[in-house]
Amino acid sequence: MLQLVLFFVFGTIAVAAAVNLLAQRHPINSALSLVVVMASVAMLFLLMGAEFLAAIQVIVYAGAIMVLFVFVIMLLNAGEEERTAGSRVAKRLGFPAVVLLAGLLAWTLLTRNQHPATVELSGRFVGSPVAIAQLIFRDFLLPFEVTSVLILVAIMGAVVLASPAGTTTGRGSPEQPPAKREE
Amino acid sequence: MVPVSYYLVLSAILFALGVVGFLIKRNLITLFMSIELMLNAVNLAFVAFAWQWKSLNGQVFVFFVMVVAAAEAAVGLAIIIAVFRTRETLNVDRVNLLKL
Amino acid sequence: MKPHLHLWLIPLLPLAGAAINGLLGRRFPQRVVTLVGNTFVGASCAMAWWVFARFLSLPHEMLPYVRDYAVWIRAGDFSVSYGVYLDQLSMIMVLVVTSVGFLIHIYSIGYMAHEGGYYRFFAYLNLFMFFMLTLVLANNYLVMFIGWEGVGLASYLLIGFFFLRDSAASAGKKAFIVNRIGDFGFLIALFLLIKHFGSLDFGHLFPAISKLGVENAGAGLLTAIGLLLMMGAAGKSAQLPLYVWLPDAMEGPTPVSALIHAATMVTAGVYMVARSNVIFTRAPSAMLAVAIVGCLTALFAATIGMAQTDIKKVLAYSTISQLGYMFLACGVAAFSAGIFHLMTHAFFKGLLFLGAGSVIHALNGEQDMRRMGGLRKQIPWTFWTMTAATFAIAGIFPFAGFFSKDEILWNAFASEHGSWIFWSIGLLTAFLTSFYMFRLWFLTFFGEFRGDEASTREHGHGHIHESPRVMLIPLAILAVLSVIGGWIGWPESIGGMQRFDHFLAPVFSSHAEEAAVAAAGHSKELLLAGVSVLAALLGLFFAWLLYQCRRDLPDKIASALGGLYIAVRDKYYVDEGYAAAFVQPLIKGSTYLLWRGVDAGAIDATVNESAEAAQHVSDALRHMQSGNVRSYAGWVAAGAALVIAYMVYLGVR
Repeated sequence: MLQLVLFFVFGTIAVAAAVNLLAQRHPINSALSLVVVMASVAMLFLLMGAEFLAAIQVIVYAGAIMVLFVFVIMLLNAGEEERTAGSRVAKRLGFPAVVLLAGLLAWTLLTRNQHPATVELSGRFVGSPVAIAQLIFRDFLLPFEVTSVLILVAIMGAVVLASPAGTTTGRGSPEQPPAKREE
Repeated sequence: MVPVSYYLVLSAILFALGVVGFLIKRNLITLFMSIELMLNAVNLAFVAFAWQWKSLNGQVFVFFVMVVAAAEAAVGLAIIIAVFRTRETLNVDRVNLLKL
Repeated sequence: MKPHLHLWLIPLLPLAGAAINGLLGRRFPQRVVTLVGNTFVGASCAMAWWVFARFLSLPHEMLPYVRDYAVWIRAGDFSVSYGVYLDQLSMIMVLVVTSVGFLIHIYSIGYMAHEGGYYRFFAYLNLFMFFMLTLVLANNYLVMFIGWEGVGLASYLLIGFFFLRDSAASAGKKAFIVNRIGDFGFLIALFLLIKHFGSLDFGHLFPAISKLGVENAGAGLLTAIGLLLMMGAAGKSAQLPLYVWLPDAMEGPTPVSALIHAATMVTAGVYMVARSNVIFTRAPSAMLAVAIVGCLTALFAATIGMAQTDIKKVLAYSTISQLGYMFLACGVAAFSAGIFHLMTHAFFKGLLFLGAGSVIHALNGEQDMRRMGGLRKQIPWTFWTMTAATFAIAGIFPFAGFFSKDEILWNAFASEHGSWIFWSIGLLTAFLTSFYMFRLWFLTFFGEFRGDEASTREHGHGHIHESPRVMLIPLAILAVLSVIGGWIGWPESIGGMQRFDHFLAPVFSSHAEEAAVAAAGHSKELLLAGVSVLAALLGLFFAWLLYQCRRDLPDKIASALGGLYIAVRDKYYVDEGYAAAFVQPLIKGSTYLLWRGVDAGAIDATVNESAEAAQHVSDALRHMQSGNVRSYAGWVAAGAALVIAYMVYLGVR
């Protein structure tokens, strides 16, 4: 019972925040809504016994990635979105489409699910750090190492891509007018 | 006593909202955030299935998805910065130099 | 022990000459070209006479002398080899071809001295000798066919020798194409022979065919083969209806006309029919067809020859007519008579052409007889030699033509296969032959000179002059042969030994025919001989009347005859008829159907249309590449939706 209530509470918050993400015009508002979504998803993780993941979700996703987003928004000083005819058409077409899509998926999942297992808070199945660690460092060791390389590559890529145009030695600061790339 | 399918429906709704946002929004950063929303929805589905089959492999997969999302976010935002430098706009419709 | 006669040298020596002159002759000075062009042929001629001497001493059992040199085709049971077949028939042909050929080569030294492409001429001429000798020496039909086609090729090259002239190039093409039509018949005959007898080798074929009976019913395998062979011979030897190329072939230089279109190539058809006598004697219908074709051709061509004004055209139609005689002879199973006439014809027709060349050379290129006349004082050697040839071709005793033509006419009358109809048509033709030949003689050499004096001076010599010695010597030799050449066939009825017939008897032996002819009796033979001499003299008389005495008569007769005369002069519009019936439809069909319809319309269109289709498709698809990121996103979403829907469908099923 308690789980059902908690599920609906956090589920509603997540959906509402997601809708707000779409509705807001300024990207900073959207970013904050996304943080709310992530927080509620973390709660849902907890409900399903994935404690380690819930913690990671808050620390990494909401804490690092979203902070990165906010930094970039502030850096680029992105303004509000304009309203154009195209966006109105897109809204008018888009919302019914998503309702349709969601409805289809929901109907499929609900009617065809052969295993009506239920979720309960119990101590028997918990994604504790120990259990996850045993999997990561034993069965999935290779993917783990590969992802560390991936992160290294991503760091290098981000540094190169974001540095001022024409050089990676940092000739100018971002405040200078951006130089056009030489063809 | 929450049926697993409820979690899956929720995941579907969030995913659909992410798709809509991806198609509708014109600001590059907001576009990106819709992608993150989609990833979150998928993570939710994975964990739900992990619970259904009582296997921790699903959660490990979510772990890796988050790592990849982080890397992708870093690189993607770097690209957005580079695009902003050259085109001086974040409007995705103006980033059309590949036009024939 | 079969002696080695080294017969392979006879064709291959001229081939060597052709190769040397053809490949290197451009850089040789003219004297070297002359040397190369003539010594090889001369050596071949000497070789031929040496072989003849040995041949006469060979014992009877060794003939025919056959030797295989190498295998060419081996396909299962069927095999063809390069080999030679020397019997009396091919011996005579080799002697005629090499000797007359050599004389004409000598003549060409003088005639072509001032023409461009001197080395090319001798190269082609030597090449022709090679192919002709291959033809007559072959020991199977397929190697003979190589020679057959090869002489056609050489003829094309030589007719179109002055290829910069449109008419010459067209004449060359016409000759080759009309020949081809005949070759088609020849090939079908060869296929029939392979299918039914499994071999083309004379040594295997003729004994096998000899065992078969006579096809009296009028149809059958041998009749079909015979008719098809006749088709090939009609093409090569310019008989009806495939004669149209020969008058046009006069575009070539005169020595070419003499060698190829009088003495040798056109006689290849007669040789082939004579060689196939085993087939023909067992297919009476085919022989009848040969006789009829020959007879009608002789008459037809003679009538056209009467109205021609170009000296070479008269001789061309005369050649067609005389070839008709040879075919008539073969058609009444008098094969040796036909070969006899072939030999004497080579002498006097070759001489006539060379003499005409001499006249043309003297007049610096004039060929129209209406602008000649009174030349006998100015070019006496040419005059006397051509006189000998004219008397010979008219068939006046005791010149060469009398004996051969008379033998043909006698056999046409008396042979088992002959009839008085053939004889009378032959007699009429003899009269016409005599008439138009003496017409030529009078117009060219007698009376007043009707030509343009000035044009004859361009040669640089200043006046009408006799030809150089190198051209006159062959004329003289051929003139002597035209007089005495017939004497080896002096018939028994006049007390001779008929040496020629006896010589060829082993090749053509057919006792039934010989008995029939012999039974007819000598007195009848003499009677008919007398009649034919009378006809010849009548022709001489009329020619003298019309062209020496009353010179106004020809025009009066021509206008009196009106349309008939014009039809004859214009060759009965046969060429125009062929053009309308075959050539034009072919050209129109090719242009509209094949070129515009198939090639441009279907094939080009397919290629072009597919290119254009590719363009249209890409034009339509390019809208996907708009550069607009959101539309890309839209496409991605749409694709994903499709995949999801499909998976849902799979799951729901």
